Amino acid sequence: MSEPLLSVRDLVVEFPTRRGTLRALDRVSFDIAEGEVLGMVGESGAGKSITGSAIIGLIDRPGRIAGGEIRLRGERIDNIPEDRMRSIRGRRIGMVFQDPLTSLNPLYTVAEQLIETIRTHLGLSEREARERAVALLDQVGIPAARRRIDDYPHHFSGGMRQRVVIALALAAEPELVIADEPTTALDVSVQAQIIDVLRDICADRGAAVMLITHDMGVIAETADRVAVLYAGRVAEIGPVRDVIQAAEHPYTAGLMGSIPTLTQTAERLTQIPGAMPRLDAIPQGCAFNPRCPQVMPRCRTERPDLLARGQGRQVACWLHAREGVGDV
Amino acid sequence: MTAFILRRLVQSVLVMLVVALISFALFRFVGDPVASLMGQEATAADRDALRARLGLDQPFWMQFIDYIGRVLRGDFGISYRLQQPVAELILQRLPATLELALVSGIAAFVLGVALGVYTALNRRGWLSNAIMTVSLIGVSLPTFLIGVLLIWVFAVELQWLPSFGRGEVVQIGGWRTGFLTESGRVALILPAITLGLYQLTLIMRLVRAEMLEVLRTDYIKFARARGLSNRAIHFGHALKNTLVPVITITGLQLGSIIAFAIITETVFQWPGVGAFFINAVRFVDVPVMAAYLMLIALIFVVINLIVDLLYYVVDPRLRVDRGAARH
Repeated sequence: MSEPLLSVRDLVVEFPTRRGTLRALDRVSFDIAEGEVLGMVGESGAGKSITGSAIIGLIDRPGRIAGGEIRLRGERIDNIPEDRMRSIRGRRIGMVFQDPLTSLNPLYTVAEQLIETIRTHLGLSEREARERAVALLDQVGIPAARRRIDDYPHHFSGGMRQRVVIALALAAEPELVIADEPTTALDVSVQAQIIDVLRDICADRGAAVMLITHDMGVIAETADRVAVLYAGRVAEIGPVRDVIQAAEHPYTAGLMGSIPTLTQTAERLTQIPGAMPRLDAIPQGCAFNPRCPQVMPRCRTERPDLLARGQGRQVACWLHAREGVGDV
Repeated sequence: MTAFILRRLVQSVLVMLVVALISFALFRFVGDPVASLMGQEATAADRDALRARLGLDQPFWMQFIDYIGRVLRGDFGISYRLQQPVAELILQRLPATLELALVSGIAAFVLGVALGVYTALNRRGWLSNAIMTVSLIGVSLPTFLIGVLLIWVFAVELQWLPSFGRGEVVQIGGWRTGFLTESGRVALILPAITLGLYQLTLIMRLVRAEMLEVLRTDYIKFARARGLSNRAIHFGHALKNTLVPVITITGLQLGSIIAFAIITETVFQWPGVGAFFINAVRFVDVPVMAAYLMLIALIFVVINLIVDLLYYVVDPRLRVDRGAARH
């Protein structure tokens, strides 16, 4: 395999608080290949959004990257000066946020926000930038883009605003788009449309997507590979089909069991007992051990690392250690 | 938009009518004007004749309508004490108050916004902390004390600045200005600081709080994620949103600067409307008090109207929607 577009290795993000330091991410590693759609799933608080913020260098203070490295085409971007990082944001890595109603500045027209972004990164004249902005709006499916472009955000519906947000994120042709729960705040009826727009426009441009969501359905339809996060750690990574059909980590298996299907007739969906631990109370060993149905003595003392399992699959679980390729 | 302006205008007229009623009531309830105009020796017949001549025998509402008619023509009666038309007396003194209010208002706004933005952007800097601490003094010290302190330091001890009056003034048409002479400008400094300091700290603290709020919003985070420069984010995206609520407060503060210049004008013997009003109160000069009341009400109503219109200019969400939220 050639060099990945984005490579995250042993990323640690910490939040110092009065009652000690919280580890929001603990040695997270994954790659995103060129043009690939990587789904990132997990419960609230598992560290999905923090991972996205860390990559684009916008972790809310006082949080900080305390270890590991992030490379974009082999070049480190986690420790570079702010002005260099700014030239990467928007230009090479775009980001789409969760709530389109609050992502757009209410006092500027869509045209002003698009043109400003385009001109920040590409040396275009006002008129060229405007043409480009109209074309972008057209591509994200805003009807009568040339007429609507001078409207203010509040003139658009939620779904339309998220299209505008996608246009803004892609304004300078980034190689990677981080979409942080892009459909959570939208009506169910428009969620699928927005995902389609996002996937198609990125595919057209060959941009890779890191799709953060807790909706396995969206992942199943959209992503090439999926990474499952639990308590700030990667539990499992692999091609979507494999992970969904044959989850190797008991947590992933539990997640899949909790998705209703049309063919299934069970009265109750499977639940994982208990709740994800708080960041200040992560158990020793494997973070999932108190809830794991297949827990072993080793799980309570030693943390499992990600083990390669072949066909691009990796899992962090002692169950697979004996047969694991990378086991010592 | 037009409907909105019309509605606001009607409201403003109603407010002014109520204020007119109150100021008119001043005449009726603060002593009997006939008694004060005629000597002790006047006969009952003389009194009745004067009463009829002044229209005071008419029913209350007739007198009120008459009063409004006169006010609309700019006739606020004759000052009891100075025996001159009240309108003329106030117009003579208004430039002094307006110049003072304008200078301190503009200074308070400009410095308030600048310091507010600075302290919001450098939240943890020592200079920000120092500014915030000093601003507490501005908020908590009463105006007259600040005035007296300034006089003590800069006029008495250092002898840099005059402690009272307006200095030399130049008459331009009906406007007597102190801007054009050296002594006029120097004389303005201490009163302007005294009058504006509270507003400055208020605006600064408001801007800081709003700015911090705005910097936490999603659209600022999204702007950062698009790689915009700090300059564009702070002074384009954040400041504009910060100013929306600041405009209302500042507008209303300008009203209070004019209205409550009374104390500052008294401390510095500034020959403006406020000091004039205080003297009128001392001598129960009812026509002056009533006219002052109307004037201040008018200023507040006009400023409120302007602030509402400014909202429309700044915030597109309030403008008439061209078919809101279309899919």
